[in-house]
Amino acid sequence: MNLPKHKYGRRLSYGDYLYNFFATLTGLTIFNWEFLKQAFLPPYEISEVKKHMTELGVKTLGIVSITGFIIGLVLAMQSQPVMQRFGAGDFLPGMVSLSVVRELGPVITALIFAGRVSSGIGAELGSMRVTEQIDAMEVSAINPFKYLVVTRVIATTMILPILTIYVIIIAIMGAYIAIIIVEPMSFQYYQNSVVQSIEFGDFIPGVAKTFVFGYIVGLVGSYKGYSAEGGTEGVGRASTTSVVLASLLILVFDMVLVKITLWLWPTL
Amino acid sequence: MADTIVKVENLTKRFEELLVLENVSIEVLHAENLIVFGKSGSGKSVLLKCIIGLMKPDSGDILINNQNILELSLKQLNRVRKDIGFLFQGAALYDSMTVRENLSFTLKRHFEEITQKQIDDKVKYTLELVSLEEAIDKMPSELSGGMKKRIGLARSIITDPALMLYDEPTTGLDPITSKEISELILNLQKKLNMTSIVVTHDLICAEIIADRVIFLKEAHVAYEGNIDELIKSKDPFLKNFFSHEIIKV
Ligand SMILES: Nc1ncnc2c1ncn2[C@@H]1O[C@H](COP(=O)(O)OP(=O)(O)OP(=O)(O)O)[C@@H](O)[C@H]1O
Ligand SMILES: [Mg+2]
Repeated sequence: MNLPKHKYGRRLSYGDYLYNFFATLTGLTIFNWEFLKQAFLPPYEISEVKKHMTELGVKTLGIVSITGFIIGLVLAMQSQPVMQRFGAGDFLPGMVSLSVVRELGPVITALIFAGRVSSGIGAELGSMRVTEQIDAMEVSAINPFKYLVVTRVIATTMILPILTIYVIIIAIMGAYIAIIIVEPMSFQYYQNSVVQSIEFGDFIPGVAKTFVFGYIVGLVGSYKGYSAEGGTEGVGRASTTSVVLASLLILVFDMVLVKITLWLWPTL
Repeated sequence: MADTIVKVENLTKRFEELLVLENVSIEVLHAENLIVFGKSGSGKSVLLKCIIGLMKPDSGDILINNQNILELSLKQLNRVRKDIGFLFQGAALYDSMTVRENLSFTLKRHFEEITQKQIDDKVKYTLELVSLEEAIDKMPSELSGGMKKRIGLARSIITDPALMLYDEPTTGLDPITSKEISELILNLQKKLNMTSIVVTHDLICAEIIADRVIFLKEAHVAYEGNIDELIKSKDPFLKNFFSHEIIKV
């Protein structure tokens, strides 16, 4: 696998930035291809995947809980007066939960996950690269890509949908709290109106796209870390650029995936 | 005559404008310890990395056991690498693993039938060789520089490779430990018939283990011979180099 080199230095021209942009895109494509080639070949480092999944879950559970709760809360707080102004107050639970299930839950969880996880993977693999730990695996005839990259990408791909479902539930709880602060509503009633307004068809595309987002987070972090060069500075660069790139790609793919879903199933 | 284990022919390596190695040819025989001297930045580490296939030379050939490693597929290259140990200049310990895991990592993956008991025994035994039994459950970040070096050494010899490439095995160690490590390298050669290429600045180490010495200078092999000849040489450059080395140790 030959990844294109980036240009670094204090004085980069606009041309250099443009060059770097395309170098990143090419590099990421090659890296993605390498992943697809290697992911299905043994040895499957299952215990590594499990280890990473647990770590990722523990690492992000706190932050996504808080974010999920606040999103639901704020969304309900904001929508309540508006909905009432239009005489649609009864639709509030349904509206909030639909927004959370279809868009906000998946995307915001993915963005937070990107901020926390792809920077972490970028830094971790980046420092392994610059301290020659990756080379050390290579010379001992162990495939570092398989051991380090494939396991991480699989872990991020599997864990993000789980986190997203969890965030959706928490956000819907948050919305309930925002509502009962203003007006009394039984939880039973709230629950019923949420369940009635969400269809299976809302849930599936929302959660399905987080597999793609999780994949992006793992792949981008790994790519940036794996191709890091230039000492500690390179590690820092790998860490920050992976967050930026992963977040950007998540938004781009969100747009594309939403469009595709609507095109394939217009009734959704 | 003994077999040639490593043969480097007309190796040239440059990084953009910087010419690091030019037409370097070396040959290492079975069970021989070859010492590579050279000033800092003379390309010693680059030479070792080319031999193990981490860096691609711009031209030249590298033969290990008569196989040109530049022509091998990754799978074939890995088969060759399984029989080679490599000690990195910076030790390159896996910093997310304990010392025990660092040492058993390769063992587990190279020998599929190996039992946990065999791994444990081998790890303990190898740690004894570098006198660091007590570090077994430490993380690399808890080790001193010299300890890391010795764990790195233990990790690279644990699979009993036929060929060892050492990048400065004794740098940063006190004279006594340095001597012990040098003797360990010599012992490995004697007991296991290991072939070694040792990059070093350490004269004491070189005197203990060297069968033959080469000296890299300005991208070329400038001198070759046995160590006493080099030390006693009247050549102004060598005299200068070794006088400093002797003062340092
Ligand atoms: N990956 C690389 N990219 C660019 N230049 C490099 C690279 N690796 C080494 N060099 C250059 O090659 C030259 C030789 O480096 P090398 O690490 O082999 O030196 P050395 O002889 O091992 O020195 P030391 O004794 O200090 O370890 C140096 O000038 C270094 O700057
Ligand atoms: Mg060096």
